[in-house]
Order: sequence, then C-alpha cells, then structure tokens
Amino acid sequence: MTRYVIRRILQAIPLLIIISAILFLLANEMGDPLASFGGRRRIRSSDRERLTRQLGLDQPVMVQYLIWLVGNDWMQIDVDGDGTPDEYGTRRGVLRGDFGTSFMEKRPVLEIIGERFKNTMILMITAEIVILFFAFWIGIYSALRQYSFVDNVVTTFSFVGYSMPVFWLGLILMYVFSVNFKRWGLPYFPTVGMYDLAVGPTIPQIAWHLVLPVTTIAIISIAGYSRYVRSQMLEVINQDYIRTAHSKGLPDRWVITRHALKNAALPLITIIGMDLPLLIAGATVTESIFAWPGMGRLYWDATQDTDIPVLMGILVIISVLVVVFQIITDITYTFLDPRIRYE
Amino acid sequence: MDPVLELINLVVHFHTQDGIVYAVNGVSYAAEAGKTLGIVGESGCGKSVSVLSAMRLIPEPPGKIVAGEIFYQGQDLLKLDKAGMQDIRGKEMAMIFQDPMTSFNPVLTIGHQISESSIVHFGIGQKEARQRSVELLELVGIPQAVDRFDDYPHQFSGGMRQRAMIAMALSCNPSVLIADEPTTALDVTIQAQIVDLIKDLSERFDMAIIWITHDLGVIAEIADRVVVMYAGYVVEEADVFDLFENPSHPYTLALLKSLPRVDTYSSEKLATIPGSPPDCLSLPPGCPFAPRCVYAVDQCRHENPPLDQSSFEHQIACWVDITTGRER
Amino acid sequence: MSSTTTDSTDVTWKSLEIAERPPLTPTQVAWRRFRRHKMAIAGIFMLVAIILYVTVGTFFFTEAEANYTDLSIKLSPPSLEHPFGTDMVGRDLFARTIYGGQISIIIGLFAVFVSIILGVLIGAVSGYYGGATDSVLMRFTEAMFNIPSLFLLIILGKVLSGKIANFNLLGRSFSGSVVVIIAVIGITSWMYLARIVRANVLSLKEQEFITAARCTGTSNFSIIFSHILPNTTAPIIVSATLLVAAAILAEAYVSFLGVGVQPPTPTWGNMLDQAYHHLEREPWMWFFPGVLILMTVLGINFVGDGLRDALDPRALSESE
Repeated sequence: MTRYVIRRILQAIPLLIIISAILFLLANEMGDPLASFGGRRRIRSSDRERLTRQLGLDQPVMVQYLIWLVGNDWMQIDVDGDGTPDEYGTRRGVLRGDFGTSFMEKRPVLEIIGERFKNTMILMITAEIVILFFAFWIGIYSALRQYSFVDNVVTTFSFVGYSMPVFWLGLILMYVFSVNFKRWGLPYFPTVGMYDLAVGPTIPQIAWHLVLPVTTIAIISIAGYSRYVRSQMLEVINQDYIRTAHSKGLPDRWVITRHALKNAALPLITIIGMDLPLLIAGATVTESIFAWPGMGRLYWDATQDTDIPVLMGILVIISVLVVVFQIITDITYTFLDPRIRYE
Repeated sequence: MDPVLELINLVVHFHTQDGIVYAVNGVSYAAEAGKTLGIVGESGCGKSVSVLSAMRLIPEPPGKIVAGEIFYQGQDLLKLDKAGMQDIRGKEMAMIFQDPMTSFNPVLTIGHQISESSIVHFGIGQKEARQRSVELLELVGIPQAVDRFDDYPHQFSGGMRQRAMIAMALSCNPSVLIADEPTTALDVTIQAQIVDLIKDLSERFDMAIIWITHDLGVIAEIADRVVVMYAGYVVEEADVFDLFENPSHPYTLALLKSLPRVDTYSSEKLATIPGSPPDCLSLPPGCPFAPRCVYAVDQCRHENPPLDQSSFEHQIACWVDITTGRER
Repeated sequence: MSSTTTDSTDVTWKSLEIAERPPLTPTQVAWRRFRRHKMAIAGIFMLVAIILYVTVGTFFFTEAEANYTDLSIKLSPPSLEHPFGTDMVGRDLFARTIYGGQISIIIGLFAVFVSIILGVLIGAVSGYYGGATDSVLMRFTEAMFNIPSLFLLIILGKVLSGKIANFNLLGRSFSGSVVVIIAVIGITSWMYLARIVRANVLSLKEQEFITAARCTGTSNFSIIFSHILPNTTAPIIVSATLLVAAAILAEAYVSFLGVGVQPPTPTWGNMLDQAYHHLEREPWMWFFPGVLILMTVLGINFVGDGLRDALDPRALSESE
C-alpha cells in the first residue's frame, strides 16, 4: 500500500511538471504583466526596465519557467542592466515552496491563496455536504421507484438542473430571494460577500451569506449526482446478490442499506474524488456573482491583472489537489471494496 | 402425503417494451417433504420464473402473477403481504442460485451473509449467529470454517462458494429448498460433489427439494419426480424411473435422445432438436412444440393439448401417442 | 380435406415466420429504442423549435435591426413592440436573441467539430500505435484533464483574444473572437473523447478483421480511418451530442466572465455579461437569453440521453 502511494506520487511528478510548463507558457502569452503593476499609476520606462530585469521577465520564457520552478538564489542576476550579473536572486522556486510574490499585491502568493483557500473551502465543503445528502436521498428514492411519477419528475428536474448556466440560476435565486423578498418586506438573503462588514465574520453571518451561493452550486450538482446515484442504484438492485438477499427474507430497508448502498456508492467515490478539486475551480463563476472572496474569484482577478505568480500558484495547487484526491480516492476504495488490493 | 409446496395453474407474464412475454402459462406441480422434484427444460421455458414466483421474487413490474395459487403448508402465498412473505422467505423456503459468483454480495464477508438470515428470522445476536454460521460452514464441508468466516466471496473458489450458498440457504432450517441450476456454473467434478451434498442434506433434514436444471443426467441422479417444461407449459410429469423408461412426450423423448449414453454402444451422432425454442412474445397457435416436433399432426398446429391429469403417475400434454405415431 | 391441409401449413409457415423473424439491423434497433425514449422526442421538438426560432426569425428582423441602437428607448421592459424588452443602448432584445442564438449554436457545433477532430486523432493514434506514442499522448491528455477547463478557457481566451481580426462571411460581419472561442472550447474539451476512442481502438485492433486488413498490406492510416473508426461511431456520436450542450454552456460562462465573444456580435452568452448590473431593475435583460440557453442545452441533453440508451451496445445485443 505504502509502495503504491509512493509510486503514484512519483508518477504524478512528471505530470505536474508538464502541466505547469504548459500553463506557464500560456500565462506568459496573456499580456503585459507590468501593465497593472503600479496600480493606477503608469510606470516610468526606467522603472519598467529595472522591474523587467528584477522579475526576470527579460529572460526567455523557458528560463523564467526554470526560475519559477527552482528559484534564482543560486545564480546572479543583472539588476542594473549593465550586462554583468551583480547580485544573487532571492527566489527559491516552487519546488522549495516559494510561489513568488504577487505582482499586484506585493505579498507572498501562498499567503494570499491561503486566505482565499479557507473561504473557498467553507463554501465548497458546505455545498458538498448538501449535494451528497440530497443526491443520495433523491437518487435512491427514484431508483427504488423507477418509472413512477415521482421518478419521472425527478429525472426531468435533474436534466433541467444540469442544463442550466450556473450564473443564471444564481441570478434567479438572487432576484427572487434577495431583491423581491426585500421588496415584499420579507427577510431576505444577502447577495454579496461573506459577512456584513458592520457585524464582522461571525458564524451566523457567514451561514446566512452562504445560503444563496450554496443553493446555487448544490442545485446544479445535485442534478447530475442524483442521476448518477440513481443509475448506480438501479444497476445494483438488479444484481443477483440483491435477489439473494431478498431470498433470505431480509427486510427491504436492510437490503438497501446493507447490501445495495455500499456497492452503489463505490463508483461514486471516484466521481466525487475527481470532482472535488474541480468544484473548487468551478466556483469561479459562483464566487464572482456572489462576490465571495474565494480562490475562484482570486483566479479571475489574477487573469485580469496578468498576475502570473498568483495565477500559477492557484493552478499548481489545484493540479496537486487533483492528484492528491485521486490517490485518496484509490486508498478509500481499498477500504470499501475488498476485491481491490494495490501492490 | 400432503405436499409442502404446491403451485396450481400459475400464470406469469412480463410486460416488456416489445410486448407481453408469456413466461408461465398455467403450471401446476407439488413438492413433498423428503422428496426431490426435478424441473427440466431449455433456458427460457419458464422453469426459473415459476419457482421465483413461488418465492415472490420476480421483479414486479415488469413481471406479474396473473393467475393461480401457491400453497405453502396450506397457506396461499399470493395472499400474503410483504412482511408475511419476508417471514416465509429464507426461514421456510430457501433458495440456491445458479451462479455462486454473482449471487454473493462482493463487499460483505461470507460469514456476514450467512449470519443475516438467522439474525433476522430468529432474532439472535451476532455472536450466536456467528457460531451457528461456522457450524453450517462445517456442515457443508468447508475446511477451517472458523477462519473462512471472515473471508470475502472472491477469496472462495467456485465450488466453495456454492457450498457456502447452501450453508446460507440452510441457516434457518427451511422446509423447502429450491435449487435453481445450482451446478450449471461449476466444473463437472464439483457438480457431483454438490449434488451429493444436497441429496445427503435433504435426507438428513427431511426437506422438500425443487431442483431446476436443463441437465437430465443430474435429474436421473437426484430427482424422485420430474416435471418437463416447454415454453411456459408443463408438457410431461412423471416418476423419475417412469420418465426415463417411457418418455411419452415428443419433447422429452428428444431431450433424452440428445443425451449421451454409456450403457449402449452406438456410433450414431447424438440427436439434436431442430429449430429453437419459441419466442414467448408470440407463441404459435396450437402446441408450442409443434413447429419442431417430428410427430406433429394437424391438430397440434391448431389446438394446444392440455396436460392429461387422469393418472397421477404419468401426465402428458400431447395429442399424439408416440409409441404408435397416431392421435390418441 | 386437402384444402384444410394447405390452410394449416399456411398457419404454420406464418407462425414460423413470426418466431424466426429476421433480426433487425443495429440501426433499426437503435431507432426503435430512440423513438420510445419520450424525453429524447421532447428534446427533438425543443431543438426544432429553437432552430426555427433562430432561422425563421431572421425573416422578421434584419441583423441591422438587431444591432440598431436607440437610446430614447433604452432599458424598456417587455412590451408588444419589444417582447423581450431593450438593453442599455435600446437594442431590441428579441431580435438580438435570434442572431445571438445563431452564433451560440454555431459556436457549439464548430467547437465540438474541433474537439472531435482532436479527440479522434489523439485517441486513435494513441490506441493504434501504443508504446511511447501512447504514453506521451495519454500523459498529455491526463494533464489536460487535471486543469479545470474553466481556468484553461479563461487563460486561452485571454491569450488569443484580439489576435484574430473581424471577418466577413456571407455578407455578415463577425467578430474574430467567435473563431477564438470555437478554438478555445474545442481545445479544452477533446480529452474525454480521446479516451473513449483510444479504448475502442485498443479493443478493436486485436480483432481478426483488423489483422486481416493488416495482412493484405493496408496502410496504418487507412486501417484507422476505414476500419477502426467506423466501428466506434456510436460512442463518438453520443459524447459529441452531449459535448455540444457543454460547449454552449461553456460559451455562456466565458462570455459571462467577459472573455467571450466581443460585441457587436451578439451571443446568448455575451447578452448576459452585463446582467449582474441589471439584476434588480431590468430582469428581462438576463432572463430571456438564459431561458433560451437552458432550452437548447436541455433539448440537446435529452437527445443525447436518448442516443446513449439507443446506441448502448449492451442494450443492442440484449434486444436481439
């Protein structure tokens, strides 16, 4: 098992290097990183030249990538532009945990991402819990009543759910539960932010602000997941071993919870493990309409400002998460499915 | 002697997208304690559906028991509610399935799956159920049963799995044991062991056994009485010796002719039955076997012969007397 | 007497015919299954309605009308004259949804065309040649899978934006960003297709008819394209259908985020990009384009589901 995990991690390293190289190349094609470097002020051309050299932007892109990866504290850089290297660099590179400094905020990338990551996790973990609860409930319910009226209604609604643009659903929810509830004098949900600035980040405040974004994400994802649970469940309840369980005179509930559910949930673990990190990224749209200060929104801002260190930081973290979740999924699988053993 | 389980004029249909499948069309048979009733027929002839209906295990929908009665010790099972039926299943009537590979839940231990019945039906605790299950595993001949209790199905070989399946079926001392082609998926040598095991157990526990198979060889070995089914109809029913001595339905005769024999030396090829079993979606008018039957006369193509129940010993559904080749 | 004999033989023959009716071809089976799929039929109707909307609609409104600005009627709510209301520069939203729909649908279709070409090519080459080619290509595919596609869409959208000039086609002028978005969506959505094609090629290439083709000296290229790919059309059709829906949604997302198709060319997606500012007072501005996106995507998903059921090889063999 340990050997398996180590092998998976070793396999993932070249993969992550390919990914980061591709992304680094693309990110450097996005535009002038110095355009918004000085905020609203224009940068003087002499400053621009110095900054370009200091940030290593004068180097060929592959050299920049190497510096991003392994740092430049082992080499001398030419800061004043006289053609001779004059001092050692200060960057230690991603491989040594230095993700660089944000062009915009002039703070370490990891610090910025860390703050936002926490907020995204609050949103996503809440959403995931809601999603899984309802997806299983709805999926199992409609699988057990295949082709009944309720099943047909649920099926239709799940198709509608995952055919909807997420931001449009967000807008509708905002329009109804925020704008109109306010007009009608009902208690209404806030549309933007994580908490009321006047009150501060208290738990009730955050919970209250979570309702609409979580509902938006959940409705879209529940639709897809519940269909998946339903089809898995249908496949399982038509298996021979379920008939065997019934032939033993076990009560229906027993058959469902102890025999069917575990088998039906197995393939879902893969799906959830694959989706979870992507869900964090997918929050870009939701976070931007609800002005939720999370990673998705940070990513969007970073692309607008061509803030390459932040951009790359987020992409690398998400890619690492994808790999990590794949490994966790595989491990979870071995605990739940006795047939699978990794050597 | 009164039968333990009796099916009377059972009719079962399946409503599929392609139309109604007439799976079982008025089938009657009875199982007696300590005796083995063999049901023979090609796949799709309704033999499995009839016993699954007796256990009320056919999926409804698409299946539907249209008519008939099923008596277990005088009680009509078709009138029972869900909970009543759950009390019968596993406790009074148990079942062994064809494929021991797929009939065990892959993610639960063998021991767990054997213990479940007694926990549910006798309300005993985990510990007691475990002890009981280990005893059952020993009874069916699993070595080191204590250690194998916590194994998963994939850790058992095919024959072992079928033994475990038998242990599972026996866990509540059922009066009726239904074996749905229990040896089909096994190697020949293992088949014989399983047949012997069940034969032995049925004598020890005085169970009524219903043994479904398409293998007449197995029937000769284990059955006391035989029901031959074709396209959802019983075409012949007789005592096992009588059936092998005097097969009276052309279909039974054809089945027997297709069986290799060791007692008579012959260089002839084994006979086959021409054509294929009818599509139960659209049964031909008349006798369903008529299109494949070498004895068929005009009447066979118009009118389906009823099962002649005038003598209990040997019942046949055929217009033709095959010994003479003329109509009866 | 003899007449009855003939009669009865007739009956027998007929019944034999019924019992041994010729097996249906896979296409016939698939079509029968598809027709029975109520949602798929509903999906077809929805798509026909949408296509009529964006085509027949052009006979009632010219493109000039769709782009005609009239500040005096800006932000007017739906009325008889402007059924969907007007936007912030007084353009008629009804007319714009007609022309915008055309672009959205075209983007969906062409983007999927791009991703089919990429996916089939990469999948087929990878599966057929195996070895190092396969592992390099599959690593690359996996890498692409690992990057959230929306992130990639945003970066690529920004990298390519403004790099393609506006162009005229069939007397109409299109923003160059239409091509960019088609390329970008195509580039970010081929991975799944590549995997299906590869898996199919892997299983097909071991079969006798491929060995036979190879023995007769058929070139690799023609083995892939004339022997292997035609045998893997069913999964390609199903996933391509569902991809069209995903592509239309992707267009809406990038346009909503402002890196999509640039004005004046309308799309359902970029009609929504200002929606946020009109959330409270002018809901018609974002409501109608959204409904149209939903209808189209839903229709395609319904049809895709029907196709999947109809073309499922397991279901096909079962029904025989």
